[in-house]
Amino acid sequence: MSIFVDQATRLIVQGITGRDGGFHTEQMQAYGTRVVGGVTPGKGGQQACGVPVFDTVSEAVRATGANASVIFVPANVAADAILEAVAGGIRTVVCITEGIPVRDMNAVMPRVRAAGVRLIGPNCPGLISPGQCKVGILPGNIVRPGKVGLVSRSGTLTYEVVYHLTAAGLGQSTCIGIGGDPVIGTNFIDCLAAFQADPATAAVVMIGEIGGTDEEEAAAHIKEKVTLPVVAFIAGRTAPPGKRMGHAGAIIAGGSGTAADKIASLRAAGVPVAEIPSQIVPLLAAQYKP
Amino acid sequence: MKIHEYRAKELFRRQGIPVPDGFVVGTPEEAKERARELGGPVVIKAQVLVGGRGKAGGVKLARQHDEVRDKADQILGMEIKGLTVRRLLVTRAVDIAQEYYLGIVQDRAAQRATLMVSAAGGVDIEEVAAKTPEQIIKLRLDPVAGLSPHEARHVAFQVASGRIALRMADVLTRLWQAYADSDATLAEINPLVVTPTGEVWAVDGKMVLDDNALYRQSEIAGWRDPAEATPEEDEARLAGLSFVKLEGDVGCLVNGAGLAMATMDLVAHYGGQPANFLDIGGSSHPDKVVRALDIITRDRNVKAILFNIFGGITRCDDVARGIIEAKAKTGIHLPIVVRLVGTNEDEARRLLAETDLVAAESMDEAVQKAIALAKGAAA
Repeated sequence: MSIFVDQATRLIVQGITGRDGGFHTEQMQAYGTRVVGGVTPGKGGQQACGVPVFDTVSEAVRATGANASVIFVPANVAADAILEAVAGGIRTVVCITEGIPVRDMNAVMPRVRAAGVRLIGPNCPGLISPGQCKVGILPGNIVRPGKVGLVSRSGTLTYEVVYHLTAAGLGQSTCIGIGGDPVIGTNFIDCLAAFQADPATAAVVMIGEIGGTDEEEAAAHIKEKVTLPVVAFIAGRTAPPGKRMGHAGAIIAGGSGTAADKIASLRAAGVPVAEIPSQIVPLLAAQYKP
Repeated sequence: MKIHEYRAKELFRRQGIPVPDGFVVGTPEEAKERARELGGPVVIKAQVLVGGRGKAGGVKLARQHDEVRDKADQILGMEIKGLTVRRLLVTRAVDIAQEYYLGIVQDRAAQRATLMVSAAGGVDIEEVAAKTPEQIIKLRLDPVAGLSPHEARHVAFQVASGRIALRMADVLTRLWQAYADSDATLAEINPLVVTPTGEVWAVDGKMVLDDNALYRQSEIAGWRDPAEATPEEDEARLAGLSFVKLEGDVGCLVNGAGLAMATMDLVAHYGGQPANFLDIGGSSHPDKVVRALDIITRDRNVKAILFNIFGGITRCDDVARGIIEAKAKTGIHLPIVVRLVGTNEDEARRLLAETDLVAAESMDEAVQKAIALAKGAAA
């Protein structure tokens, strides 16, 4: 078991004929993900990465029975690509694209929710259920099947932590990057709830960063509803206020969103918070044996 | 991206919000001349992209025209929170009977804009929010339809009455237009002044725009004030790098924003000081590495450089070649520690071993080595 994606995932790639879309489609196929088609408007009827290309998502869904989509299109058309996936009947949409305007995402979210679609991202590396399915750009060679669920707002920092977990013999159920933007489809609480409900997940690692109050809300949720052991790490203790640290969402604004606040909230909820990434494994090992 | 008060007011004016006449000037003489054109008392306001200008002495009232020159001279060149005042807004003063706060801001958790209105205008709204939150009326706006006129009236009639409330509601709907049309994440009028005769005026304006939307806001994108960022930060932005200058001596070059922050934190954890945040992004192409090294080494405080690259799918031997090539091109002599993880990492370490670059296996080891080298170089 796992969360959000597994062996039943039938994936289409929106933007399959682009450079990134094509490269990562091959990587996903090599990992064993069932990629059933791609979508590039105007290139319907062609083949890419050994699968058929369609002009629209709804055609792709009709022809292939796809239930998930991953988006690699440019930022100025990505919000529309999400809506197209929703309208086409896709149930799980993973948007890798970085740089979508906030106003566009504000408008997208109510329609995603109304349709009951699971949107992951945007501006995220996607997710991987080791040994089953990878949707996105996470490197498949660093994960191992196991029982630790991992959720993070980051990309490469996620890989760093997964690398430590795998080296320590702590395999993963699902590793998910929820994205570095201020408006995202799936937040920490959604993932914590899904991990809690997943019989194959026995512990959770949560990696947050400065900006917003998602970690604080997750802390309250953990205290009330999560019985699995959770260990956290928060990046950005040394980040100066008012400066955007790479991710659009990673900014301390008006005194809110500091690492110190997030760490304090998590600790108050009984969640051990690692001082540095290499402490995550020992903190987890103290609470959970595979 | 922040824009100046006079720019925000220009956007307000285009939507039909009443804004007192004013001019932007760069010299005391010009200020005096423009004040005469405006007639009557004027307010002279420092145009810098920080809050608290009034408290810092950057806003002055000149009742007589012979005061304008001196007062403008006092403000020009003043340092406010590290920014030098180079331009002033000279604007017609209005009589104040009542001051309101009007603001629209992106609410992250609610994933939509929120309207905020308060009768406690003219003061720092964050203070009002902290001390007397009940004085702020809030309304979450529909993410597609925005602020409807009836909603604007509903809010306005909670803080004002009669004609004043109707005028305020009109300003609110126009403020929403300014916010939506320019892809803002914040638009504030603080204060909206009501005069003794019942006129309303947007006396101060503030706007922050969504960086991700600047591609479709070409006019506003051209309003970026170079003083908002250091020249290096600007250069990095144009090169597609995310860079923030800090005060330490360990230059950091990392792929990915989260890992870059964690690397800075780790430098501080082991007793060092990071010189910068730098996310080199997905590709570690030699040209990009050259630009990044060039930007980092311009900071004279930097005594050692730390590469922390989690390659993942990227081939580490390619990255190592890129770093070696970039070092040769830039000709820098600072000690460089390189930590690479990913495909072909052993080959990468072999390549590095043939150079004077210091290879490290883990992030902790790399950071500790870089700190030691920075301290050694400084001694």
